[in-house]
Amino acid sequence: MDFDFSQDEKMIREQVRKMLSARCDSGAVRSVFEGREAYASHVWQGLVEMGVMATAIPEEYGGVGAGYPSLCLVAEQLGAHLAPTPFSSSVYLATEALLLFGTEAQKQAWLPRLAAGEIIGTLAVTETVAQATADSIQLAFADGGLSGAKLIVPDGGIADFALVLARANGGALGLYITDLQQDSVTREAVATVDPSRNSSSITFAQSSAQLLGAAPDQGWSQLQQVLDRAAVLLAFEQLGGAQAALDMAVNYAQERFAFGRPIGSFQALKHMMADMYVALKLAESNCYYAAWALATGSAELPLAAATARVAAIQAFQLCARDNIQVHGGMGFTWEFDCHLFYRRSNYLTLQLGGLAEWENKLVDRLPAGEAA
Amino acid sequence: MDFSDTKEEATFRSEVRAWIKDAAPTYLHDSLAASGFGNTRTGEYEPLAEAKKWQKKKADGGWACIQWPKEFGGRGATPMESVIWGQEEGLYGKLAGTFIIGQGMCAPTLMAYGSEAHKQRYLPPLASGEEVWCQLFSEPQSGSDLAGLRTRAEQDGNEWVINGQKIWTSGAHISDFGILITRTDPEVPKHRGLTMFFLNMKSPGVTIKPIKQANGESGFNEVYFDNVRIPDSQRLGEVGGGWQVSLTTLMNERLAIGGSIATGFPEFKALIDNLPLGNGRAIDNPAVRSKLADWYVKSAGLRNTAARAMTALSKGEVPGPENSIGKLVAGGMMQDIAKFALDLQGLGGAIVDPAIAASSARLQAMLLRSPAVRIEGGTDQILRNIIAERVLGLPEELRADKGIPFNKIPSGR
Ligand SMILES: Cc1cc2nc3c(=O)[nH]c(=O)nc-3n(C[C@H](O)[C@H](O)[C@H](O)COP(=O)(O)OP(=O)(O)OC[C@H]3O[C@@H](n4cnc5c(N)ncnc54)[C@H](O)[C@@H]3O)c2cc1C
Repeated sequence: MDFDFSQDEKMIREQVRKMLSARCDSGAVRSVFEGREAYASHVWQGLVEMGVMATAIPEEYGGVGAGYPSLCLVAEQLGAHLAPTPFSSSVYLATEALLLFGTEAQKQAWLPRLAAGEIIGTLAVTETVAQATADSIQLAFADGGLSGAKLIVPDGGIADFALVLARANGGALGLYITDLQQDSVTREAVATVDPSRNSSSITFAQSSAQLLGAAPDQGWSQLQQVLDRAAVLLAFEQLGGAQAALDMAVNYAQERFAFGRPIGSFQALKHMMADMYVALKLAESNCYYAAWALATGSAELPLAAATARVAAIQAFQLCARDNIQVHGGMGFTWEFDCHLFYRRSNYLTLQLGGLAEWENKLVDRLPAGEAA
Repeated sequence: MDFSDTKEEATFRSEVRAWIKDAAPTYLHDSLAASGFGNTRTGEYEPLAEAKKWQKKKADGGWACIQWPKEFGGRGATPMESVIWGQEEGLYGKLAGTFIIGQGMCAPTLMAYGSEAHKQRYLPPLASGEEVWCQLFSEPQSGSDLAGLRTRAEQDGNEWVINGQKIWTSGAHISDFGILITRTDPEVPKHRGLTMFFLNMKSPGVTIKPIKQANGESGFNEVYFDNVRIPDSQRLGEVGGGWQVSLTTLMNERLAIGGSIATGFPEFKALIDNLPLGNGRAIDNPAVRSKLADWYVKSAGLRNTAARAMTALSKGEVPGPENSIGKLVAGGMMQDIAKFALDLQGLGGAIVDPAIAASSARLQAMLLRSPAVRIEGGTDQILRNIIAERVLGLPEELRADKGIPFNKIPSGR
């Protein structure tokens, strides 16, 4: 057993950290947050130059085949820096869906450009203000075209193409690839709790689309498999965010004084931060395990992914929430970054379906008996 | 990153498995399986005798304390091999509870501070379970604030004379030896006036009185010292250096406890699988599912954290204070699990008779024993202080006794 990342993997993390420290400061996050940019193109460009979109894509499709553990550590850094880019939609979701289910021709057509960061993809599922279920999907596919609307699509306003969950001829669900640049597609920004991430509604009017892969009736189960893989990667973003929020709290608590002493010497705050640390450690260890399951294609991936996802949601939400508390009034200002973490923690919780959904999946996947 | 056994690990595992298959006291299997937390059941057999028998058998086969050097009764095994041993020993490992303090805390202290002759004399019988050791640290006036202890040691020629009282000493009544921390100089600040010894528990002047615990068992004791004489050769570390020595013990305490930590999750999961609730099944109830998920995340998180610590250990890194999270998470979780598990069974959940209660009353035993987990070996609050100060680097608490000679420190009840 060797339960740690390799030196090479850690080196990639360090390079990404350096680039993000230089390019993705609070100003970069705020330029998207305050609406001056749809996403941080300068940051995206930095990621393109480092070739990180290609990390887990095999060489035959233009990738570098460096594997999932490296990609996990890239994700962790993106989360720590609150990177306002469509990386998760394009890399964890669109790329993974193509790798898993695309036909050879589809892979050849899309993956090399995704690997190079030339195009951006996303996944469109949600149609109502309720937990998405198979029955809640109405968007129709008929005669080679999609018709209907998706209520909220992460990075929907930025992406060049989308994988759309749709119902063929009133029957089975499938995933369809569609070009979002075509005239029949209408996109409109949707305001969310986290404006540092683009979110849009998308309406299709007989927009031309193609089934992903060859199975027209496997859409729902394909979606679950894609979500499991993305959950691991997104959990690493949440981990990075949680760590950054905790660091911020610890630093502030050392510098701010009240009653003649640093507030970090008050036990109520120390214990609060100790609990943040505990949640973070548990999440980190669960995420590491899930990274291993993802990298090795282990049969344990579904359970490990749900476990990492639930733990990472808990850790990021707790750290972001209590980071505000440690900051007092300053924590509730627009100017301090505390709310950026708070907003992001709640957005990422919902991005792949929320805590309750993943708790449910986790329990469904537990083996019977004490072995669990 | 790799979770499977290496080739060497796999070979080692099959060797262990073969030996255990042959040697294990299978006649105790069912009783051990039904053992509640904090009370190891051995059916019609006497628990201490069975524990010693199994430990001796392991020692004779070269499988006791396998991480220790061979010359001290161990096997010179790697940390990873020791984990594999633990996994394969499984249920029978419950028998070793009696020896955890001696082997897990006293022995590392002896290894670090004992003379060569002491190590040769005392470590092998400690490994084989022929001699049992206890830890005489806590006192009526000093638990969390261990450095506030009052048991006096005064030098008299080549000997020290001990007077005072220890409390909560687990296993003192069945122990042959103990490590003892004392105050040798009350006129300097509290951490500086301490000295560590080990002593024979049968020494004249030692009186041991069992304390009945809240859960009805009697695992710990009061120990009184009335002019007990200890030769200076049994001093561990310098005169006045006892605090430093105790840190070795306490660091190992966290490892010894943290490695084999029980959370209650497996027992809860097994219960829930078949438990009816209302007109349906407990496992389909949303509140139950949410808690089940949360507790699974915690227990998997602890398991995976231990695996990471093990990897670090086998790469030669020293385990640090971050291991404090194990007991902190497990203690509270076990208490919550036990309470919730009983709640799902209505009034019947109150029954502690293992012949009637679900899961051989193991969850009821947890309810009654778990409060102690949050106190023994560092309370939840002390562990949070350690994480905050030593891991996160937050400022120390203001201390009313800082720099003040021990005999000038204010004291309450
Ligand atoms: C089952 C069991 C077995 C034990 N076995 C042994 C043994 O073998 N050998 C041995 O030496 N001891 C043993 N102990 C003793 C144990 O280590 C102490 O009970 C423990 O350290 C707490 O000390 P105390 O009981 O004096 O409580 P106190 O220190 O009086 O604590 C009372 C309360 O005050 C809180 N508190 C104290 N200081 C602080 C602080 N700085 N910040 C915040 N809160 C604080 C505590 O968290 C606790 O809630 C055992 C205890 C138990 C329950």
